[in-house]
Amino acid sequence: MTDATADMFDEGVLALEGGGDEGPAPRDIIVSYGFWIFILSDMVLFSALFASYAVLAGRTAGGPSGAQLFDLRRVFAETACLLLSSFCCGLMSLSIEARRVRGTYIGAALTFALGAAFLALELSEFVGMVAAGDGPSRSAFLSAFFTLVGTHGAHVTCGLIWLTVMMAQVATLGFRDKVVRRLRCFALFWHALDIVWVALFTVVYLIGAR
Amino acid sequence: MANLPSIATRDRAPGAIAPGVGSYLIGLGLAAILTGASFWAAGTHLIWSQAVPIALAVLAIAQMGVHLVFFLHLSSSPDNTNNILALAFGILIVFLVVAGSLWIMANLNNNMLPMSELMRMQR
Repeated sequence: MTDATADMFDEGVLALEGGGDEGPAPRDIIVSYGFWIFILSDMVLFSALFASYAVLAGRTAGGPSGAQLFDLRRVFAETACLLLSSFCCGLMSLSIEARRVRGTYIGAALTFALGAAFLALELSEFVGMVAAGDGPSRSAFLSAFFTLVGTHGAHVTCGLIWLTVMMAQVATLGFRDKVVRRLRCFALFWHALDIVWVALFTVVYLIGAR
Repeated sequence: MANLPSIATRDRAPGAIAPGVGSYLIGLGLAAILTGASFWAAGTHLIWSQAVPIALAVLAIAQMGVHLVFFLHLSSSPDNTNNILALAFGILIVFLVVAGSLWIMANLNNNMLPMSELMRMQR
Protein backbone atom coordinates (compact mmCIF):
# COMPACT_ATOMS: atom_id res chain seq x y z
CA MET A 1 0.00 0.00 0.00
CA THR A 2 1.44 3.35 -0.95
CA ASP A 3 1.53 6.27 1.46
CA ALA A 4 -1.09 8.08 -0.60
CA THR A 5 -3.66 5.27 -0.33
CA ALA A 6 -2.83 4.78 3.35
CA ASP A 7 -3.64 8.44 3.88
CA MET A 8 -6.93 7.97 2.07
CA PHE A 9 -7.85 5.12 4.43
CA ASP A 10 -6.93 7.29 7.42
CA GLU A 11 -9.10 10.10 6.15
CA GLY A 12 -12.00 7.70 5.59
CA VAL A 13 -12.01 8.29 1.83
CA LEU A 14 -11.42 4.62 1.07
CA ALA A 15 -13.12 1.82 2.96
CA LEU A 16 -12.01 -1.78 3.17
CA GLU A 17 -15.38 -3.27 2.29
CA GLY A 18 -16.34 -3.90 -1.32
CA GLY A 19 -18.64 -1.46 -3.05
CA GLY A 20 -16.81 1.67 -1.93
CA ASP A 21 -18.64 3.77 0.60
CA GLU A 22 -21.72 1.58 0.67
CA GLY A 23 -20.14 -1.48 2.25
CA PRO A 24 -20.63 -5.08 1.16
CA ALA A 25 -23.70 -6.17 -0.78
CA PRO A 26 -26.76 -7.07 1.28
CA ARG A 27 -27.34 -10.67 2.27
CA ASP A 28 -30.25 -11.13 -0.19
CA ILE A 29 -27.96 -10.46 -3.14
CA ILE A 30 -25.08 -12.57 -1.83
CA VAL A 31 -27.36 -15.59 -1.19
CA SER A 32 -29.00 -15.42 -4.62
CA TYR A 33 -25.65 -14.90 -6.33
CA GLY A 34 -24.17 -17.92 -4.57
CA PHE A 35 -27.13 -20.00 -5.65
CA TRP A 36 -26.75 -18.67 -9.20
CA ILE A 37 -23.16 -19.99 -9.19
CA PHE A 38 -24.48 -23.38 -8.03
CA ILE A 39 -27.04 -23.40 -10.86
CA LEU A 40 -24.33 -22.63 -13.41
CA SER A 41 -22.23 -25.51 -12.03
CA ASP A 42 -25.31 -27.70 -12.40
CA MET A 43 -25.46 -26.61 -16.05
CA VAL A 44 -21.87 -27.79 -16.44
CA LEU A 45 -22.94 -31.18 -15.05
CA PHE A 46 -25.77 -31.35 -17.58
CA SER A 47 -23.40 -30.31 -20.37
CA ALA A 48 -21.26 -33.40 -19.66
CA LEU A 49 -24.37 -35.60 -19.86
CA PHE A 50 -25.46 -33.85 -23.08
CA ALA A 51 -21.99 -34.40 -24.56
CA SER A 52 -22.06 -38.13 -23.75
CA TYR A 53 -25.59 -38.41 -25.14
CA ALA A 54 -24.58 -36.64 -28.36
CA VAL A 55 -21.59 -38.98 -28.76
CA LEU A 56 -23.62 -42.14 -28.07
CA ALA A 57 -26.91 -41.16 -29.78
CA GLY A 58 -26.20 -43.34 -32.82
CA ARG A 59 -24.89 -46.38 -30.92
CA THR A 60 -28.09 -48.41 -30.73
CA ALA A 61 -26.40 -51.86 -30.80
CA GLY A 62 -29.18 -53.21 -33.01
CA GLY A 63 -31.82 -51.94 -30.58
CA PRO A 64 -34.51 -49.34 -31.24
CA SER A 65 -33.53 -45.81 -32.21
CA GLY A 66 -35.04 -42.59 -30.93
CA ALA A 67 -37.33 -42.34 -33.93
CA GLN A 68 -38.94 -45.68 -32.97
CA LEU A 69 -39.18 -44.93 -29.24
CA PHE A 70 -40.17 -41.29 -28.83
CA ASP A 71 -43.78 -40.11 -28.77
CA LEU A 72 -43.66 -36.40 -29.58
CA ARG A 73 -47.22 -35.77 -28.39
CA ARG A 74 -46.24 -36.91 -24.91
CA VAL A 75 -43.10 -34.76 -25.08
CA PHE A 76 -45.21 -31.76 -26.10
CA ALA A 77 -47.50 -32.35 -23.09
CA GLU A 78 -44.45 -32.61 -20.81
CA THR A 79 -43.05 -29.37 -22.24
CA ALA A 80 -46.37 -27.58 -21.71
CA CYS A 81 -46.57 -28.80 -18.10
CA LEU A 82 -43.06 -27.62 -17.27
CA LEU A 83 -43.44 -24.24 -19.00
CA LEU A 84 -46.74 -23.53 -17.23
CA SER A 85 -45.21 -24.72 -13.96
CA SER A 86 -42.37 -22.22 -14.44
CA PHE A 87 -44.94 -19.48 -15.16
CA CYS A 88 -46.91 -20.34 -12.00
CA CYS A 89 -43.64 -20.25 -10.06
CA GLY A 90 -43.17 -16.69 -11.34
CA LEU A 91 -46.66 -15.76 -10.14
CA MET A 92 -45.83 -17.33 -6.78
CA SER A 93 -42.69 -15.16 -6.61
CA LEU A 94 -44.82 -12.04 -7.16
CA SER A 95 -47.14 -13.11 -4.31
CA ILE A 96 -44.14 -13.74 -2.06
CA GLU A 97 -42.70 -10.27 -2.71
CA ALA A 98 -46.12 -8.78 -1.90
CA ARG A 99 -46.30 -11.08 1.18
CA ARG A 100 -49.65 -12.50 0.07
CA VAL A 101 -50.09 -15.86 1.81
CA ARG A 102 -53.09 -17.13 -0.16
CA GLY A 103 -51.53 -16.22 -3.53
CA THR A 104 -48.31 -17.95 -2.51
CA TYR A 105 -50.15 -21.16 -1.61
CA ILE A 106 -52.18 -21.13 -4.84
CA GLY A 107 -49.06 -20.45 -6.93
CA ALA A 108 -47.14 -23.19 -5.14
CA ALA A 109 -50.01 -25.67 -5.54
CA LEU A 110 -50.20 -25.01 -9.31
CA THR A 111 -46.40 -25.17 -9.64
CA PHE A 112 -46.38 -28.47 -7.76
CA ALA A 113 -49.32 -29.99 -9.66
CA LEU A 114 -47.85 -29.15 -13.08
CA GLY A 115 -44.40 -30.36 -12.04
CA ALA A 116 -45.91 -33.59 -10.75
CA ALA A 117 -47.85 -34.03 -14.01
CA PHE A 118 -44.57 -33.64 -15.90
CA LEU A 119 -42.93 -36.27 -13.71
CA ALA A 120 -45.88 -38.66 -14.13
CA LEU A 121 -45.65 -38.37 -17.93
CA GLU A 122 -41.91 -38.95 -17.86
CA LEU A 123 -42.21 -41.93 -15.50
CA SER A 124 -44.89 -43.53 -17.66
CA GLU A 125 -42.56 -43.16 -20.66
CA PHE A 126 -39.69 -44.79 -18.74
CA VAL A 127 -41.89 -47.61 -17.43
CA GLY A 128 -43.23 -48.30 -20.93
CA MET A 129 -39.73 -48.44 -22.40
CA VAL A 130 -38.34 -50.71 -19.68
CA ALA A 131 -41.38 -53.00 -19.93
CA ALA A 132 -40.76 -53.34 -23.67
CA GLY A 133 -37.18 -54.43 -22.97
CA ASP A 134 -35.69 -51.09 -23.97
CA GLY A 135 -34.21 -50.20 -20.57
CA PRO A 136 -30.89 -48.47 -19.94
CA SER A 137 -28.96 -51.73 -20.40
CA ARG A 138 -30.25 -52.28 -23.95
CA SER A 139 -27.72 -50.06 -25.76
CA ALA A 140 -25.23 -47.22 -25.23
CA PHE A 141 -27.82 -44.86 -26.71
CA LEU A 142 -30.42 -45.90 -24.15
CA SER A 143 -27.91 -45.72 -21.26
CA ALA A 144 -27.10 -42.14 -22.22
CA PHE A 145 -30.80 -41.34 -22.73
CA PHE A 146 -31.90 -42.63 -19.32
CA THR A 147 -28.96 -40.92 -17.58
CA LEU A 148 -29.61 -37.52 -19.16
CA VAL A 149 -33.42 -37.48 -18.97
CA GLY A 150 -33.37 -39.27 -15.59
CA THR A 151 -30.99 -36.69 -14.09
CA HIS A 152 -33.34 -33.91 -15.16
CA GLY A 153 -36.26 -35.86 -13.71
CA ALA A 154 -34.34 -36.32 -10.44
CA HIS A 155 -33.80 -32.55 -10.31
CA VAL A 156 -37.53 -31.98 -10.81
CA THR A 157 -38.28 -34.48 -8.02
CA CYS A 158 -35.88 -32.63 -5.69
CA GLY A 159 -37.57 -29.37 -6.66
CA LEU A 160 -41.02 -30.74 -5.76
CA ILE A 161 -39.74 -31.93 -2.36
CA TRP A 162 -38.06 -28.56 -1.81
CA LEU A 163 -41.28 -26.71 -2.70
CA THR A 164 -43.25 -28.84 -0.21
CA VAL A 165 -40.72 -28.11 2.53
CA MET A 166 -40.83 -24.38 1.71
CA MET A 167 -44.62 -24.30 1.98
CA ALA A 168 -44.34 -25.97 5.39
CA GLN A 169 -41.87 -23.24 6.36
CA VAL A 170 -44.20 -20.49 5.11
CA ALA A 171 -46.98 -22.08 7.18
CA THR A 172 -44.92 -22.39 10.36
CA LEU A 173 -42.36 -19.57 10.17
CA GLY A 174 -44.19 -17.09 7.93
CA PHE A 175 -42.46 -14.72 5.52
CA ARG A 176 -39.33 -14.08 7.57
CA ASP A 177 -36.21 -13.01 5.66
CA LYS A 178 -34.61 -16.45 5.77
CA VAL A 179 -37.69 -18.11 4.28
CA VAL A 180 -38.09 -15.49 1.54
CA ARG A 181 -34.43 -15.92 0.54
CA ARG A 182 -34.92 -19.68 0.27
CA LEU A 183 -38.06 -19.19 -1.80
CA ARG A 184 -36.10 -16.94 -4.19
CA CYS A 185 -33.46 -19.65 -4.56
CA PHE A 186 -36.21 -22.17 -5.29
CA ALA A 187 -37.61 -19.92 -8.04
CA LEU A 188 -34.14 -19.66 -9.60
CA PHE A 189 -33.79 -23.46 -9.47
CA TRP A 190 -37.21 -24.08 -11.01
CA HIS A 191 -36.74 -21.61 -13.89
CA ALA A 192 -33.27 -23.07 -14.56
CA LEU A 193 -34.73 -26.59 -14.80
CA ASP A 194 -37.09 -25.34 -17.50
CA ILE A 195 -34.10 -23.98 -19.44
CA VAL A 196 -32.42 -27.40 -19.23
CA TRP A 197 -35.64 -29.00 -20.50
CA VAL A 198 -35.62 -26.69 -23.56
CA ALA A 199 -32.17 -28.01 -24.50
CA LEU A 200 -33.29 -31.54 -23.65
CA PHE A 201 -36.47 -31.74 -25.73
CA THR A 202 -34.64 -30.17 -28.67
CA VAL A 203 -31.51 -32.32 -28.63
CA VAL A 204 -32.96 -35.61 -27.40
CA TYR A 205 -36.53 -35.73 -28.63
CA LEU A 206 -36.97 -33.42 -31.63
CA ILE A 207 -33.62 -34.10 -33.29
CA GLY A 208 -33.58 -37.72 -32.02
CA ALA A 209 -37.04 -38.53 -33.41
CA ARG A 210 -36.02 -37.65 -36.96
CA MET B 1 -15.46 11.95 -0.62
CA ALA B 2 -16.99 14.08 -3.32
CA ASN B 3 -14.31 13.31 -5.92
CA LEU B 4 -15.01 9.54 -5.78
CA PRO B 5 -17.74 8.25 -8.07
CA SER B 6 -20.62 7.08 -5.93
CA ILE B 7 -22.05 3.69 -6.71
CA ALA B 8 -25.46 4.67 -7.92
CA THR B 9 -26.47 1.21 -9.07
CA ARG B 10 -26.26 -1.60 -6.55
CA ASP B 11 -25.69 -5.20 -7.51
CA ARG B 12 -28.89 -7.01 -8.28
CA ALA B 13 -29.68 -10.55 -7.26
CA PRO B 14 -30.09 -13.05 -10.08
CA GLY B 15 -33.78 -13.85 -10.44
CA ALA B 16 -34.73 -10.55 -8.79
CA ILE B 17 -38.45 -10.00 -9.07
CA ALA B 18 -39.91 -7.81 -11.82
CA PRO B 19 -42.52 -5.28 -10.69
CA GLY B 20 -45.50 -6.96 -12.28
CA VAL B 21 -47.02 -9.96 -13.95
CA GLY B 22 -46.34 -8.52 -17.44
CA SER B 23 -42.80 -9.89 -17.72
CA TYR B 24 -43.97 -13.43 -16.95
CA LEU B 25 -46.88 -13.16 -19.40
CA ILE B 26 -44.59 -11.95 -22.22
CA GLY B 27 -42.13 -14.75 -21.37
CA LEU B 28 -44.88 -17.36 -21.38
CA GLY B 29 -46.22 -16.11 -24.72
CA LEU B 30 -42.82 -16.01 -26.43
CA ALA B 31 -41.79 -19.38 -24.99
CA ALA B 32 -45.08 -20.93 -26.16
CA ILE B 33 -44.58 -19.56 -29.69
CA LEU B 34 -40.96 -20.79 -29.84
CA THR B 35 -41.90 -24.23 -28.44
CA GLY B 36 -44.72 -24.52 -30.97
CA ALA B 37 -42.35 -23.51 -33.76
CA SER B 38 -39.81 -26.15 -32.63
CA PHE B 39 -42.36 -28.98 -32.66
CA TRP B 40 -43.74 -27.75 -35.98
CA ALA B 41 -40.25 -27.55 -37.54
CA ALA B 42 -39.44 -31.08 -36.35
CA GLY B 43 -42.43 -32.55 -38.17
CA THR B 44 -42.78 -30.41 -41.27
CA HIS B 45 -41.60 -31.11 -44.78
CA LEU B 46 -41.62 -27.42 -45.68
CA ILE B 47 -38.03 -26.98 -44.47
CA TRP B 48 -35.14 -28.64 -46.25
CA SER B 49 -34.54 -31.66 -44.01
CA GLN B 50 -30.79 -31.05 -43.63
CA ALA B 51 -31.50 -27.61 -42.20
CA VAL B 52 -34.02 -28.73 -39.57
CA PRO B 53 -31.47 -29.45 -36.77
CA ILE B 54 -29.97 -25.98 -37.27
CA ALA B 55 -33.44 -24.42 -37.14
CA LEU B 56 -34.22 -26.38 -33.97
CA ALA B 57 -30.95 -25.26 -32.36
CA VAL B 58 -31.68 -21.62 -33.20
CA LEU B 59 -35.23 -21.87 -31.79
CA ALA B 60 -33.93 -23.56 -28.60
CA ILE B 61 -31.25 -20.92 -28.02
CA ALA B 62 -33.83 -18.18 -28.60
CA GLN B 63 -36.15 -19.81 -26.08
CA MET B 64 -33.37 -20.09 -23.49
CA GLY B 65 -32.75 -16.38 -23.99
CA VAL B 66 -36.47 -15.68 -23.44
CA HIS B 67 -36.39 -17.67 -20.20
CA LEU B 68 -33.27 -15.85 -18.98
CA VAL B 69 -34.70 -12.40 -19.71
CA PHE B 70 -38.37 -12.76 -18.81
CA PHE B 71 -38.31 -15.45 -16.08
CA LEU B 72 -34.87 -14.89 -14.50
CA HIS B 73 -34.85 -11.13 -15.33
CA LEU B 74 -31.25 -10.97 -16.45
CA SER B 75 -30.48 -7.76 -18.28
CA SER B 76 -27.48 -5.80 -19.53
CA SER B 77 -27.87 -3.08 -16.89
CA PRO B 78 -24.78 -2.28 -14.76
CA ASP B 79 -26.37 -3.73 -11.62
CA ASN B 80 -26.50 -7.10 -13.39
CA THR B 81 -22.82 -7.29 -14.41
CA ASN B 82 -21.84 -9.99 -11.91
CA ASN B 83 -24.74 -12.24 -12.90
CA ILE B 84 -23.98 -11.86 -16.61
CA LEU B 85 -20.25 -12.50 -16.11
CA ALA B 86 -20.96 -15.68 -14.17
CA LEU B 87 -23.40 -16.77 -16.87
CA ALA B 88 -20.87 -16.03 -19.62
CA PHE B 89 -18.26 -18.16 -17.85
CA GLY B 90 -20.81 -20.96 -17.43
CA ILE B 91 -21.67 -20.83 -21.13
CA LEU B 92 -17.96 -20.95 -22.01
CA ILE B 93 -17.45 -24.12 -19.93
CA VAL B 94 -20.62 -25.73 -21.32
CA PHE B 95 -19.46 -24.96 -24.86
CA LEU B 96 -15.96 -26.36 -24.20
CA VAL B 97 -17.32 -29.59 -22.68
CA VAL B 98 -19.90 -30.25 -25.42
CA ALA B 99 -17.96 -29.09 -28.49
CA GLY B 100 -14.68 -30.57 -27.21
CA SER B 101 -16.23 -33.99 -26.53
CA LEU B 102 -17.94 -34.11 -29.93
CA TRP B 103 -14.77 -33.00 -31.71
CA ILE B 104 -12.49 -35.51 -29.97
CA MET B 105 -14.91 -38.42 -30.34
CA ALA B 106 -15.50 -37.68 -34.04
CA ASN B 107 -11.74 -37.62 -34.53
CA LEU B 108 -11.29 -40.95 -32.74
CA ASN B 109 -14.10 -42.44 -34.79
CA ASN B 110 -12.44 -41.33 -38.02
CA ASN B 111 -9.05 -42.69 -37.04
CA MET B 112 -10.25 -46.04 -35.68
CA LEU B 113 -9.92 -49.13 -37.82
CA PRO B 114 -13.23 -50.71 -38.83
CA MET B 115 -14.20 -53.58 -36.52
CA SER B 116 -13.71 -56.24 -39.22
CA GLU B 117 -10.17 -55.01 -39.82
CA LEU B 118 -9.40 -55.15 -36.07
CA MET B 119 -10.67 -58.75 -35.86
CA ARG B 120 -8.50 -59.76 -38.82
CA MET B 121 -5.39 -58.24 -37.22
CA GLN B 122 -5.99 -60.09 -33.96
CA ARG B 123 -6.01 -63.44 -35.70
